[in-house]
Amino acid sequence: MSTQVTLPRYEGSLGRRLALALRTPGGAVFVLAAVLLVAIVVSNPNFADPGSLIRFAGRTAPIAIAAMGQYYVIVSGEFDLSMAAVIAAQVVLAGNFIGQDEARILPGLVVMFAVGALIGLINGLATTILKVPSFIVTLGMMLALTGLVRYVTGGAATGNPSDAFRDIGRGGIEGVPVVGILPFSLLILLVLAALAVWLMRRPFGRSIVAVGDNAEAARYAGTAVWWLKTRAFIISSLSATVAGILLVGYAGVHPSVGSGYEFAAITAVVIGGVVLGGGRGWVLSAAAGAFALELLFLLLTSLGVPSTWRSTVQGVIIIVAVALAGRSWRATRRPRRRGGVAPSTPPPPPSPPRAQRQETSDA
Amino acid sequence: MRRTMRAGALASAAALVVLAGCSTDEISDSGDDGGNQDTEWFVQADFDRQNEQRDATFQGDESEPWLQYLEGDMTDTSEFASEGPKKVCFANASISNPWRQTGWITMQQQLQVLQEQGVISEMETRDAQDSDDTQIADIDYFINEGNCDAFVISPNSTAAMTPAVERACETGKPVVIFDRGVETDCPTTFIHPIGGYAWGIDTANFLVDNLEEGDRVIALRILPGVDVLETRWAAAEKIFEENGIEAEDHFTDADPTKIKQIVTDAINQGQVDGIWMDAGDGAVAAIEAFEDAGVDYPVMTGEDEMSFLRKWEETGLTGLAPVYSNFQWRTPLLAVQKIFAGEEIPTEWVLPQSPITEDDRGEYLAANEGMPDGHYAKFGGEDLPGFPQAWQDR
Amino acid sequence: MSITVRQGRTLSSTTIVFAVLVLAIVAGAIITAVNGRNFFSIGNIDNVLTTMTILGLIAVGQTLVILVGSLDLSVPFVVSLASVTAGGIMAGQTGRIVPAVLLTLLVAVVIGLVNGLIVSQLQVHGFIATLGTGLILSGYLASNFQGSHGEAPRAFRLLDATRIGPVPIATLIMLGCAVLAIVMLRRTRLGHHLYAVGGHAEVARMSGVRTATPIIAAHVICTVLSAVAGLLLLARLGVGQPTVGSQGSYDLMSIAAVVLGGTLLSGGKGNIVGTLAGVAIFAVLDNVMGVMQLNPFLKDVVRGTVIVVAVAVYARREIDRRPARFGSASPTPQEVR
Repeated sequence: MSTQVTLPRYEGSLGRRLALALRTPGGAVFVLAAVLLVAIVVSNPNFADPGSLIRFAGRTAPIAIAAMGQYYVIVSGEFDLSMAAVIAAQVVLAGNFIGQDEARILPGLVVMFAVGALIGLINGLATTILKVPSFIVTLGMMLALTGLVRYVTGGAATGNPSDAFRDIGRGGIEGVPVVGILPFSLLILLVLAALAVWLMRRPFGRSIVAVGDNAEAARYAGTAVWWLKTRAFIISSLSATVAGILLVGYAGVHPSVGSGYEFAAITAVVIGGVVLGGGRGWVLSAAAGAFALELLFLLLTSLGVPSTWRSTVQGVIIIVAVALAGRSWRATRRPRRRGGVAPSTPPPPPSPPRAQRQETSDA
Repeated sequence: MRRTMRAGALASAAALVVLAGCSTDEISDSGDDGGNQDTEWFVQADFDRQNEQRDATFQGDESEPWLQYLEGDMTDTSEFASEGPKKVCFANASISNPWRQTGWITMQQQLQVLQEQGVISEMETRDAQDSDDTQIADIDYFINEGNCDAFVISPNSTAAMTPAVERACETGKPVVIFDRGVETDCPTTFIHPIGGYAWGIDTANFLVDNLEEGDRVIALRILPGVDVLETRWAAAEKIFEENGIEAEDHFTDADPTKIKQIVTDAINQGQVDGIWMDAGDGAVAAIEAFEDAGVDYPVMTGEDEMSFLRKWEETGLTGLAPVYSNFQWRTPLLAVQKIFAGEEIPTEWVLPQSPITEDDRGEYLAANEGMPDGHYAKFGGEDLPGFPQAWQDR
Repeated sequence: MSITVRQGRTLSSTTIVFAVLVLAIVAGAIITAVNGRNFFSIGNIDNVLTTMTILGLIAVGQTLVILVGSLDLSVPFVVSLASVTAGGIMAGQTGRIVPAVLLTLLVAVVIGLVNGLIVSQLQVHGFIATLGTGLILSGYLASNFQGSHGEAPRAFRLLDATRIGPVPIATLIMLGCAVLAIVMLRRTRLGHHLYAVGGHAEVARMSGVRTATPIIAAHVICTVLSAVAGLLLLARLGVGQPTVGSQGSYDLMSIAAVVLGGTLLSGGKGNIVGTLAGVAIFAVLDNVMGVMQLNPFLKDVVRGTVIVVAVAVYARREIDRRPARFGSASPTPQEVR
């Protein structure tokens, strides 16, 4: 199975390739984000201030990072519903373990990443070795982890970790021309994005897309599917851990920090044109999807839409975006499908009522 | 659509079953006069009453505010007077927020004292985890299986819990309700602080006094539809309107991330002069939004949660900490004690509710030193034996 | 080809599910006895059955949706919407019960149609389609209902208060719906097509099944059953409650119950009886944890662990068998499609 599907075409001039890329769902999301940004600035010029834009980018970094982590799981054909719980666990862990003791920041980070990796390992092994659907594994993990965190802490925050630690998510490089401050969270996002792109060009990245596209074929090709998918889950949990570190800085310790991230990250990935069920999509589109989602919310705020109606608008946008993306992906893939039964055709079944055959039931 | 047919027969099925002579729980017959009971949160009479109660004199010892009450109708409990330790059944809505967790600890400490005094043998607790359906099942379970001598109920929601509370009343055993109310007067006593309107009046008046006409206030609300929260906003909104304060309300789910984003966006849109909260959980995130944006602190009302009191002192902003008296979690078990002693108790037991001002902030900070950020200053458990470890080690 | 799907093979998984249920009941009875109570007392059985009723109705619908290869995450909001719609129309008057019930079910049919059409015609994954419609409904509910709404008249509340022997009438309604769904799956063409499309849509389509019909039908039945659940909650609460659906986390818990009952999350294989057993396992678990007065946070830990462990018990053997049926081109079963 070809892995080029991650990017549309490799021939032609840079401009032509770019134009083609923007017509795929993974590219269109960048256009969508740009359009939303323009709309926001038009509706309220105050948001055009570079300082507040860069802060907006900084606060969107955690969800974009989480979306990139979720991308690996989704592109391999799985789900990770446990992200919000992992974030909450890490936030509480940071508050309780590090506390006001700056000497514990480094050990704290080590512990947090170890816990994150362990959770990902459990999710991955339960999915691949125990063969429990990842939806159920990570749902169970979500319940268990949330309950455990609240039980251990009695549900109430003890207090914020030291300001030095919170600075990772709250502070930035000050005195930068034009924007004023360059949030650390944005820098971390850029580094991780570069890392993600590099990873996708490695054998791991190519294999994970192949596994999502057709695990059976990938298995015959000698890929250790269980280890590939398990690594995807570990990446997902680690990205939730990073998001947690940034969020505890941004917002402080509270068991509800990160709530809604499980669906937000999946939504962002999907808006980025990555297809549920695996095998298609570009990792940076997932991050762009997160930005598009947050820009949408900002636009609604800017337009003064009552906060209760926001979820309605969000719902409409999700459905429309995915419907359009699905259409577009199918268009690009149609020639391949003719060749045989496309194995994991995009989720629920085909097919528009072309050649509506008589219902020849065998009942 | 066979299902439509079948379900259409739903209503008649009930009648059929009754005809067939099956068992039916008692349902208080409210008749067909119901009308459309859409919840209307602003009730002028309640507003006026709570407004007066803010300045009223409470009966009882000021050092034990959890036993103080406003003069009013009393329930004669002599029929319940009896010797020996009693079993209490407690149907709790949830312990899913810091306010309820703090209260729950206080209640357990109070229980220990009463158990040692031989007043209460045991307290069986069922936690509904914020679900109406579960809490109704919990109350029915207690009625059928609990061998309860008294019921204590902290309703998850007001109207929905009314039928189940009525069933508890029909057992003839004492029923104590606290925090959110129910729409029936059958319980032996209903314990609550003055209420949401008083909160709204205290906080909105404070902001009006410290702001100019035309100033902009961001109102941070947790979620819609909870009466104790809705009445706070209903009162505050009215006062803001009357005084020309421009208030915008937002729902936050008490998530500090959302709170900070909402406040940041509001600051970007234009100057924010005041912050009003219907509950103080997450107040620190709102203050930090002003710090990060590099603008002046707002005039602000939070709550008596330690995180807000500490941040308030640290920043020196102009603020007020309204209180939804957490010490009310002690009162239900003490009410049970009085009921079995045959002492008369207030039918509606209104507890004091007064905000913490800048003047008495220091006193409460000192009294609660070492408590976690999620602790509430007016928890009222200082004289209980577990103090302070029980509240510190959560 | 599709008819044989459920016979024989499901027996094994359903047997295991019931074994787990029996195990849970035995363990529950012992723990209850240790706590000085009787698990089989009328009050306790009543508690278990009541806990099963609402989730059971929704899970039956969810089973059909999952069998056909989709998901329904909008159920909590359909439940809430049904509760406030019917409550608002009834407004406490007996004469309005029938129109209220009919209109509520009609609304549910429309929502189900929309879900089904988005999934089958726009070809949006059921997860996203119903997440979207759920968000749309939640925005409508939050914007229009601040607190309880309407009132159920006494005659309607009898639905909740009446029992035949120890069995609440609401539970019988749930079981009745389950029986109808079972008959539909076993005896009708729609049922067979549902399995066929869920098993492998492409193959089903090539063998002449109109894939859209079962998808739409499953979604409509699921929302209608959720609306019935909302009506029963209205009878129970006495008022319409715009948050009652979200309070129960019925979206994720119904999916968990379906999978716990042995239905493949990727579709095409499973049955209603297993789902009912899955719901019963949750109900027994909740009941026993209630008797034990377990810390509510620990309850979630137990629920999460039981879901994964129980599914792990039979997930392996189920999956090993599956490819043989559809040939090597079949998708990896653990992937959610």
